[in-house]
Amino acid sequence: MKETPVLRMEAVRKSFGDSLVLRDVDLEVAPHTVTALIGASGSGKSTLLRCANLLEEIDDGAIWLDGEEITDPRADQDAVRRRIGVVFQSYNLFPHMTVLENITLAPRRVHGVGRAEAEEHARELLERLGLAEKAGEYPDRLSGGQQQRVAIVRALAVRPRLLLLDEITAALDPELVGEVLAVVRGLKDEGMTMVLATHEMGFARDVADQVCFLEGGVVLERGTAQEVFGDPQQERTRRFLRRIVEAGRL
Amino acid sequence: MTLTEEPEGTRDSYTPSRRRLERERFKRARARRATAIAALSTLVTGVALYLVVVSAPGWPRTKETFFDAGYAREALPKVLEGLWLNVRLLLVCGAAVLVLGMLIAVARTLRGPVFFPLRVLAAAYTDFFRGLPLIINLMIVVLGVPALRLQGVTVDPVLLGGTALTLTYSAYVAEVFRAGIESVHPSQRAAARSLGLTNRQALRYVVLPQAVRRQVPPLLNDLVSLQKDTGLVSIGGAVDAVRAADIIVGRSLNYTPYIVAGLVFVALTIPMTRFTDWVTARLDSRRTQGGTA
Repeated sequence: MKETPVLRMEAVRKSFGDSLVLRDVDLEVAPHTVTALIGASGSGKSTLLRCANLLEEIDDGAIWLDGEEITDPRADQDAVRRRIGVVFQSYNLFPHMTVLENITLAPRRVHGVGRAEAEEHARELLERLGLAEKAGEYPDRLSGGQQQRVAIVRALAVRPRLLLLDEITAALDPELVGEVLAVVRGLKDEGMTMVLATHEMGFARDVADQVCFLEGGVVLERGTAQEVFGDPQQERTRRFLRRIVEAGRL
Repeated sequence: MTLTEEPEGTRDSYTPSRRRLERERFKRARARRATAIAALSTLVTGVALYLVVVSAPGWPRTKETFFDAGYAREALPKVLEGLWLNVRLLLVCGAAVLVLGMLIAVARTLRGPVFFPLRVLAAAYTDFFRGLPLIINLMIVVLGVPALRLQGVTVDPVLLGGTALTLTYSAYVAEVFRAGIESVHPSQRAAARSLGLTNRQALRYVVLPQAVRRQVPPLLNDLVSLQKDTGLVSIGGAVDAVRAADIIVGRSLNYTPYIVAGLVFVALTIPMTRFTDWVTARLDSRRTQGGTA
């Protein structure tokens, strides 16, 4: 029997005013797999992630998390978000809190974990990501790469079922991209289920079990990384990948 | 102006070039010239003002009624005694204003249909008390409330005056807080919500702390303003610094005590203003420090 997908989307439709951003998107994410969303800016990648986390309300269709429909208006949105971790392009760390406070906020206030226990877990995670000595710093004292790694730790601290990564390296200097991607690779090895929107095609090819190419709010092509990057079926996928290669990004 | 210090190690081998020395000389000369011009300009302005005031036809009379050293000496201790009331009013009203202003600001940002009446009330409150002149508010509360002869309600002009001040300033401060809440970027709220925090938790732990920090300068500004407006409670007969001066003026028909009271208020406000500037500068420097280790 097939395992229940962690995330399932069916015919999801979302528009902002007159512009239709997602048109009838279907998506299935199996446990312990990585799904990469690729496509040009404005193709709907970020909106798809925001809809999955209920930060945006969808117009039509449905989304399930572990087989439970979360787009039902009667669903407890806060409870849903507790099971999904999100890392944003611009980190969105809380500037008035230290690294440790950023990480322990949700475990303590949302999950009722004791302070000592929350801090111990946070320090463990920081240690693993090579940030142990940054626990007492404020975010504005860290480099972009360090901030993004702290943001990942913050999302992991609540032991989420699913991690959504929204172009997490897009705001970073090129030499800092590597350290963040290494973290994501480590998470994959540990079996974390992830959906990531990315412009890093080389990384998507290495790490993703499933690649979805979005254009104009539609999943135009999907398959394994080998299929989509090695032998794209759609002319527009080929064109997109050619442009990426020409820009030296693959 | 002076030569900037060179890093260790290069200091011995480096001798400033002729070009650099020439530039430093020119800059020093220019700075000296600027200082001289400023001093001269100040002197001329001062003398001109003095001559205009002193040569005014009413000056001898004015000097006698507004700047009498004898009355000033008599008024100062009484005014200072009254000032203690102003200081206490500032502390108590200031605290009440911060609490009430925050509650009103938060009430205006609450979502959900249950809170509709609260939102409307909060909005109506700020609209009304921001528009109502403070002096009229004071007269209504200080003179109007005792006229009702309600059992158990105070007629103390200090308490009533303080209440009126709190009512008006809470409206100002609520707007300051609200502006602060709205200035926190939506992505901060999104980050908080995506961690599973409820709307209220996001407000309490993420939005409000940042909003308050940002609004410290305008808040202190309102407190400076409140400080001098505590002088208005004198209209109800409370003996503060202004009323203390008033009493002597009424007896002597010399206005010097008003000048004394005015200067005392200015003296009290200046440290507060400087403190505001200092806090603002510190906050700014922290913000621009971002990124550098």
